[in-house]
Amino acid sequence: MAPHDIRRPFKRAAISDQQKRRELSLQRQAQNRTEAQLQARRLASSILSFPNHNSDPQPLESLEPLVEEIVEEPETDAAGDITEIDIRQAARLKGSEARRWFASQLMLPEWMIDVPDRLVEDWYVFARPSGKRCFVVSSNGTTVSRLRNGSQLHRFPSALPNGAKTKESRSAQSYCILDCIFHELDQTYYVIDMVCWAGISFYECTAEFRFFWMNSKLVESGACEAPSNYHRYRFSLIPVYGCDHEGLQTAYTGEVPYVKDGLLFYNKHAHYQTGNTPLVLVWKDETCSQYVIDTDNKGQVPNQQQVVLELQDNGQLVTSDDPPVVLGCLNATFTQETGLHSGNLVRFAVNDGGLTFVDGKLEKADLHYVGKVHRARAFADSYSKIIFQYMVRNSPLRIEHLFASMGTVSEQGSNEVEMVG
Amino acid sequence: MEVTQVLLNAQSVDGSVRKHAEESLKRFQDENLAGFLLSLSGELSSDEKPVDSRRLAGLILKNALDAKEQHRKFELVQRWLSLDVGVKTQIKHCLLQTLSSHVHEARSTASQVIAKVAGIELPQKQWPELISSLLANIHQVPVHVKQATLETLGYMCEEVSPDVVEQEHVNKILTAVVQGMNSSEGSTDVRLAATRAMYNTLSFAQANFSNDMERDYIMKVVCEATLSSELKIRQAAFECLVSISSSYYEKIAPYMQDIFNITAKAVKEDEEPVALQAIEFWSSICDEEIDILEDYAGDFAGDSEIPCFYFIKKALPALVPMLLETLLKQEEDQDQDEGVWNLAMAGGTCLGLVARTVGDDIVPLVMPFIEENISKPDWRQREAATYAFGSILEGPSPDKLTPLVNVALNFMLTALTTDPNNHVKDTTAWTLGRIFEFLHGSSMETPIITQANCQQIITVLLQSMKDAPNVAEKACGALYFLTQGFEDIDQTSPLTPYFQEIVQSLLLVTHREDAGESRLRTAAYETLNEVVRCSTDETVPMVLQLVPVIMMELHKTLEEHNLSSDERRKQNELQGLLCGCLQVIIQKLGSLEQTKYAFMQYADQIMNLFLRVFAFRSATVHEEAMLAIGSLAYSTGQDFAKYMPEFYKYLEMGLQNFEEYQVCAVTVGVVGDICRALEEKVLPWCDGIMTQLLKDLSSNQLHRSVKPPIFSCFGDIALAIGENFEKYLMYAMPMLQSAAELSAHTSSADDEMIEYTNLLRNGILEAYSGIFQGFKNSPKTQLLIPHAPHIVQFLDLIYMEKDMDDMVMKTAIGVLGDLADTLGSNAGSLIQQSLSSKDFLNECLSSDDHVIKESAEWAKLAIGRAISI
Repeated sequence: MAPHDIRRPFKRAAISDQQKRRELSLQRQAQNRTEAQLQARRLASSILSFPNHNSDPQPLESLEPLVEEIVEEPETDAAGDITEIDIRQAARLKGSEARRWFASQLMLPEWMIDVPDRLVEDWYVFARPSGKRCFVVSSNGTTVSRLRNGSQLHRFPSALPNGAKTKESRSAQSYCILDCIFHELDQTYYVIDMVCWAGISFYECTAEFRFFWMNSKLVESGACEAPSNYHRYRFSLIPVYGCDHEGLQTAYTGEVPYVKDGLLFYNKHAHYQTGNTPLVLVWKDETCSQYVIDTDNKGQVPNQQQVVLELQDNGQLVTSDDPPVVLGCLNATFTQETGLHSGNLVRFAVNDGGLTFVDGKLEKADLHYVGKVHRARAFADSYSKIIFQYMVRNSPLRIEHLFASMGTVSEQGSNEVEMVG
Repeated sequence: MEVTQVLLNAQSVDGSVRKHAEESLKRFQDENLAGFLLSLSGELSSDEKPVDSRRLAGLILKNALDAKEQHRKFELVQRWLSLDVGVKTQIKHCLLQTLSSHVHEARSTASQVIAKVAGIELPQKQWPELISSLLANIHQVPVHVKQATLETLGYMCEEVSPDVVEQEHVNKILTAVVQGMNSSEGSTDVRLAATRAMYNTLSFAQANFSNDMERDYIMKVVCEATLSSELKIRQAAFECLVSISSSYYEKIAPYMQDIFNITAKAVKEDEEPVALQAIEFWSSICDEEIDILEDYAGDFAGDSEIPCFYFIKKALPALVPMLLETLLKQEEDQDQDEGVWNLAMAGGTCLGLVARTVGDDIVPLVMPFIEENISKPDWRQREAATYAFGSILEGPSPDKLTPLVNVALNFMLTALTTDPNNHVKDTTAWTLGRIFEFLHGSSMETPIITQANCQQIITVLLQSMKDAPNVAEKACGALYFLTQGFEDIDQTSPLTPYFQEIVQSLLLVTHREDAGESRLRTAAYETLNEVVRCSTDETVPMVLQLVPVIMMELHKTLEEHNLSSDERRKQNELQGLLCGCLQVIIQKLGSLEQTKYAFMQYADQIMNLFLRVFAFRSATVHEEAMLAIGSLAYSTGQDFAKYMPEFYKYLEMGLQNFEEYQVCAVTVGVVGDICRALEEKVLPWCDGIMTQLLKDLSSNQLHRSVKPPIFSCFGDIALAIGENFEKYLMYAMPMLQSAAELSAHTSSADDEMIEYTNLLRNGILEAYSGIFQGFKNSPKTQLLIPHAPHIVQFLDLIYMEKDMDDMVMKTAIGVLGDLADTLGSNAGSLIQQSLSSKDFLNECLSSDDHVIKESAEWAKLAIGRAISI
């Protein structure tokens, strides 16, 4: 039995470069494998509906400037034929296809016409920046922002994942999609929601989860830093508050670096869904918005409230909701005289008779025909929008009502008697 | 057959006689194994036969029982076990008898053969009388029998594992060994044999070390033996102490004061072999405490089974001066000689370990020594001071060290340029490297490299790269760590202005006539690799210019023919370095948008070079070129398909390389790269690849570490070719299932086994993941349904065993999601019925690890859908 060797490495680094090369290769392979897995998983987990509106699809690429543009919320129809497309492909779409796809993907708030239950418990609130609502997509080393009609706003390098051609070892699968508002004054993208991050889809996650990730990821990425060579526009997070008395007050009156355009309310448990949803609400008054009452394309407030409705086969005039709400009816003679067809969007003014409610439901509307709507406009107004605008002109839902609802909710919460009126 | 003569002939100086004898021995063995082994054992035991034939007979016997390669060893064991019992009894009788021979060599050979037989038979509960008959020998009078028996017991304990020897026997063996070591034993030979036997017996003595009286006695005997007048006994006794320090760390507190005195005396006064063991004792205590303190700092705070006794901290005031003394005992040329291990080296290494163990506390104890010696005329003092400084740079906090380094840096730079002594310069350059390694980088609060000193540092290092090879090699090392410290800088690195000069200097070094000495060329290429890895947007265009240069170097090595074997070896080594360098370059340039396109212009030529390198067929080159091809495939994507017809045979060769398992492992990784690059275009090659992978898995020759990556590779293939994986299901699925079941039966005895089980399970799970995702949305999904129940069971088992690491947790919860995603409602009820899916999912959802959480969120979605359908 010879003595045992006790020599130890002397003046040597702990691992050789060869070992380092092996390990780096293994790391790269493991990372690539994980990405390939994630990509495969996304292929089904995020299939989205691609609404295929109207029988005569309009070539949106030939979009002309609107003649009678009204500054207002877009109203889309979430129903319709479904062409399945997954967001991984969507991030790679180009040109008209991309416009078509993104035009239908934003989650759109309903207007707040009454105060939702459990506001304190289930809702977030934040001050909405005034500006252009858009999707920001980073992929393949570039970043593109698209307006709500799908058309391109900017193409630029950014610090978002795979948003510029600088970083190493970014895979082609890495991309992200953010729901933003571009604020002209400070040239900043205010991020209001996160749809995809570094290739991971957040569609089927709750708002609570999305906001949590959005806050941590966006800062990590460096996208919130000042513009630089590889990062043309600053991104900025918006302070989101739980909708208690203090949160609402802060959102309503608190200082923000942007021009406010109303308040947005998000239900904490809501998933990101395309089109109109009652789980996200917008509310505004003169204190927190310059645009409370719809204006026409010259920026003037019309004397009478105007609404856009869709004409149906049977002559009924309906909103864009699903199911649609009927606001009135045109007789066949009038239809023929004016050359209207089923499916046309028609503009009306609300006459002095106004809207009549019975048991909180709209029963009839005193409408006056104004004319056909420009063909580039795709959707009628939603019910909530019409009602909100009507209320603004007549008996608005005020901030006091919102605060008051908090008080009553908590008072009633202790004594849950069902009132039968 | 007259075996004696044949055995003698087999050792003849005449080659043809030897060859003939070897052939007849082989024939004899093949024709009549039992007769062959019997006559060898007869030869060994017969005192009438010549020593030479007896020794060879014993050696052949030994080789008939054991081999290095696992699979060969297994065959030999089976062969012995199936021999006729009578034959074996007779052989064993001969062997035991030989222990009483007067010929020392015969006894010694026999004791080794006995240990081999014991290694086979004791675990099978055979040869129960062996230990008693050996112990009976101990009481015999003749000294040489006693000596041989103790030696046999020592070998036996080395050969068999402690759990096959009953405690009763252990007690008797220990008693015999301790008795033999006792100072009252008159024979030096017996004491030496007993002390060496003690070394191997220690691992059997768990129970005895838990008994205070017995432990005290063993320690007393061992410590006494360190004071023997015989050097070999002292050395063997210190070896026992070293072994005790790691096996029984938690039991030695009462003896530490005595041990310190003994070791201090040995380090000061004893001969080098003994002094080295004495230092090793303290290094080994450091190893133990570093491990324990790491556990303390890790996830399982306070959970460590063994508490830290802080022996090093307590001994510090006496230990450090003792080690510093040794630093002054350098040998003249120790830096030029690879094989040297002396007191100064052992002491310095131990000092470094002590610094890692105690941290800041060591600094005030070492600084006076450095200050006193660093400027002395005697080079030994300057070198010792520098080495001491270099040794304590890992362990203490940057807060403590940075001010010292700021003062020392300038001194070191001057010494590296002007000190007349090679040894001092070597250590100075090494120390600079340690400074950059441990105190320079983006995580440091106070940078030690500034705009002001950066240029000087680089100038000095580049200058030193022209010094003697050993100094130049250390300068390259320092430059390596200097570069590494800037790896996180994206754009303007402080190295940018010197980039070109650094690259050129390194290339010059690789061309030095004497670059083969002191591994200088290797160091230069390794540093070049790090420079490439850390290049930034500004400097990466210069890396692009490096591509044709390295390609040309590689081309040159392929043009030289008719080389001597030594030249050929060097050429192979160089090819390995160049392929390694190209791999790093490919990885860098191929992953950057900025350079990718320009770099791809070279892809064809580079691939062509690699294919030519394969023709050389040397293991290391093979591996490096293979690694590089993986990176190339990743960068090339689908276009890699055009190289496949020519490359495929080498891929297959790599997968067949059982012996050099690293090569096989690397090749398996490259298959994954190719799958991801080619996607469905890899299909034509899959039959061959799958066949090879399945062969690898069923081979018991292949190193077990390659198996987990092979399973992962199944997943890569399935993901790439989708439902075309159908035809491999009937092979892959049973293999995965049996591996999964096997992994359930491994008793999680030791950490190493737990780690391997986790690796294996991760591989299996990645395979399932890839297969499920590959089949998704295919009409053939139902082929997977029959496999789902056992996969869910496997997941249950993994969850309930609680041994999984984060990686397995992430992969496992992902598989649950994949199963639900692909099988939909077919998996829904299975998951709902499973024992632990819900708990598992909830645990993952609340994990702090965001990767696990991410996987879990996804699984939750998929399961939610599957259940709701």
